[in-house]
This record gives sequence, structure tokens and C-alpha cells, in this order.
Amino acid sequence: MVPFAGWNLPVQYPAGIIAEHRQCRERAALFDVSHMGQASLHGAGGAAALERLALGDLAGLRPGRQRYSLLTNARGGVLDDLMVANLGDRLFLVVNASQADSDFAHIEAALSAGVRLERHPDRALLALQGPLAAQALARLAPDAAGLPFMGVADLRIADTPVLISRSGYTGEDGFELSVAASDAEPLAKLLLAQPEVAPAGLGARDSLRLEAGLPLYGHDLDEYTTPVEAGLTWAIGKRRRMAWDFPGADTIRDQLVNGPPRLRVGLLPDGRAPVRAGVAILDGDGNAVGLVTSGTFSPTRDVPIAMGYVRPPFAADDTKLALMLRGKPVPARVVPLPFVPHRYVR
Amino acid sequence: MSQIRYTRDHEWVRLDAGVATIGITDHAQAALGDIVFVDLPEPGREVAAGEECAVVESVKAASDIFSPLAGKITESNAALADDPALVNRDPAGEGWFFRLEPADPAAFDALLDEAAYAALIAEGA
Repeated sequence: MVPFAGWNLPVQYPAGIIAEHRQCRERAALFDVSHMGQASLHGAGGAAALERLALGDLAGLRPGRQRYSLLTNARGGVLDDLMVANLGDRLFLVVNASQADSDFAHIEAALSAGVRLERHPDRALLALQGPLAAQALARLAPDAAGLPFMGVADLRIADTPVLISRSGYTGEDGFELSVAASDAEPLAKLLLAQPEVAPAGLGARDSLRLEAGLPLYGHDLDEYTTPVEAGLTWAIGKRRRMAWDFPGADTIRDQLVNGPPRLRVGLLPDGRAPVRAGVAILDGDGNAVGLVTSGTFSPTRDVPIAMGYVRPPFAADDTKLALMLRGKPVPARVVPLPFVPHRYVR
Repeated sequence: MSQIRYTRDHEWVRLDAGVATIGITDHAQAALGDIVFVDLPEPGREVAAGEECAVVESVKAASDIFSPLAGKITESNAALADDPALVNRDPAGEGWFFRLEPADPAAFDALLDEAAYAALIAEGA
């Protein structure tokens, strides 16, 4: 267990990070991600209110669907990345633990009359991820297996109401299950009793999301990083790209037209040593051209993998760079993300 | 007859015929988790006691290894380059890190004995 943002997080279980990682890629893994911030946005103007703070076509989100969005500041920097689901009578938000307090205060300050944010500190969040997740969950909630990718439904498991979305942070097919905290332990035990399922900690979640090329807020995303630099412009949404009516839209639009100062890339270092956040990225002449923001050892590919930001001339696939590890340059090359193909249901 | 001592940084030191072999304890490997890379010192290097001289990397983090004794490195465990998980499987045996000739053999006796190290673990250090 390690402390993080006021929570004690399970980093690994007795199986260890590599076994838990493989469990998720080959079968199904259960993660406790209850530290994530959850809230409901009530009122007919909820989507319009959120669109004043975040990009993405949130007003166009149909009931039963979820979308990835970014809260941006006036400079176009990312305040947080979040999931927004339309539950019909309300929007349901899942934000990062470290940003939850500031996100919710920021949203509340922008609400118009008739719209209300309800925080859910009393709700737990479990993630069931892996190629056998649907098979395991269907035994308990048959309708869950019929959810499309990024679909959301209020279902019941053993008479317990569970808000289930087909989404996750591993690159695998899977589900996130939001339940009342008091129902979380029995639900977790029931899921773990399925033959396909074993527990996995936040250590495996990090190596899985890195293989999937997914950015982690606080490492690969922050308030000084724009969606253009991060390669997340797909999240802006077509309608919002016509209106340019979200915070920082001018900067983001300018970067789309004229190019951003840096870009997020995948990096494959030579050798076996993991290269982690904070390591300088050098060009062939030894000039600093960027910084590693996340890195680990990939259990699936059995090599070190990293992501970071480099100046655009160095962002093309196969560009040869060096990573300054403990005073020694380690050769590396730029590779497309993800490191391991996504296997979402479509 | 070899003797074993320990450090507060969870290393073990075994002295055989004037040469010290150094590795990390079972407690340390369990705390680190799956080890994926070990960076070891070059033979011939002179190290001071407490000097950073190796790095052990698990999936989640890198940890520095400090030389428990001053001396000259005589050998590093080449087997760890191909199979760093040896440290997890056999931390006190095949998973050793490096060997050195201590500058002051008496410094070995000042390290923790088995009972003192067991007490340190029991305290949760």
C-alpha cells in the first residue's frame, strides 16, 4: 500500500506486478480504483455548463454513452482528463483523485441556476479488465456483455445497483463498476470468485496504461500541456472544432494550424534498463530536445518503454534519439503509440 | 568459514577469505517486487563505504544500492544481465550483486549481525 492524494492505494498483491499485468492481458484482472473522483451533474443545463470548461461534444452525448473529455484553462493547458457519461437524468463524471477537489470546485463555480454538482465520496469504483472480463461479468450481469465500447448502464449484480461502463485504462476490453462504498467489498469478492478473475494493483495499472499509450495526469498531462501537444485533439469533437468555444480554444486552434512547441511520442530505449520520468531526451548531437514523462519495463514486450515530449522535428517515427540515464546516453528511437494494440470491443 | 553481516539498507555481505560478496536481502527483494534490471559496478572501481554503486530496477521503481564497505570491486554478477529475476528467486545465493576486497576488513565486523538485522525487520524499518 502507498499513500496518494489522501488515499492508501494497493500497488501490488502477492502475485506481483508482472503476474498481475499478464493476468489482465490474458484473462481478467480486478482493480480497486475507488480513489478516482466521482460526481453527478444534475439539471437540464449540465452539459452546456460543462462545455464552458471542457472540450468534447458533451451536449451531443446520447443517453447511455460515455465520452473522454479534458478540462482546459485559458492557456489551453489541461486541468484534468475525465470521463463524462450521460445517464439520461444526469451526467456522471469520473476524474483523477489528485484533481478531484480542484475540478469539482472549478465546475461548481461555473454552474448556472438549475444545475447542481453532487459529489460521490461514498461511491467506490472497481475496474474489471481483460479479454475474459465480459465472459466473467456476463455470469453476474448478463446485460453487461451487450454494452458497446463506451456504453453505460445502470444494472444489478446480486440485487446491488451497479453503474457499469464498458471502458477502462488498460487497452483491453473491460468494465468500470461504480457502487455504493458499502456494497464494494461483497461485489469485489463476488467478482474475484469468478474463475477468470484475479486482483491487480495500481503498479500493473500503470504498466498496462503505458503499454496502451494512455497518458497519466500529473506525468504526461498537466496544466502547461495542451491537447495538441498531447496528441488528444480527437477529444475536441467536431462541433466544438467549429465553435472554438472552450477555454484555451485560441491557443489550441493556433497550435493546430501552426504546430505545437512539442509533441508526445512513444520511445523505445535500447537495452534492458527502464527509463523513467524526468530523464532528458537528446538529439544525435547531444542537444536537449525533450523530457521523458513516463517509463517502465513492458511485461508484454519484455523491453523498456517510455513516453515523453520532444520538439516537433524529432517527433517522427523512427527518429534516433538518446535518453540521459544516470549520466550515460542510452540510444532510443521514436515509435508510434500504443506499444501494445488496443483490444476494445467495437 | 564464511560470515554474514547486514546493513540498514537491506543488503547482505558475506566475507570469504578476505573477499566480500554483496547482495540484497529476501526482505528487500520482496519489497521491491519483480526485478527487471540491475546496473552493476565495473570491476576495478574503488568505492567508499556508503557510496552509490549499483541500481536495481523493479517494474515500479529504481532503487540505489550503496556499497556497505570501502574497497575495490573485483567482480560483478554477469548472470543478472540476462536474468535479473534471479534476485527475486535466490536473493542470498545466485542473485548476488558484486564482490569487493575491503580496504579495512575490521569494518565488516561493525555491520549488523543476523540478530540485529532480524530486530530491524521486526521494527518495520
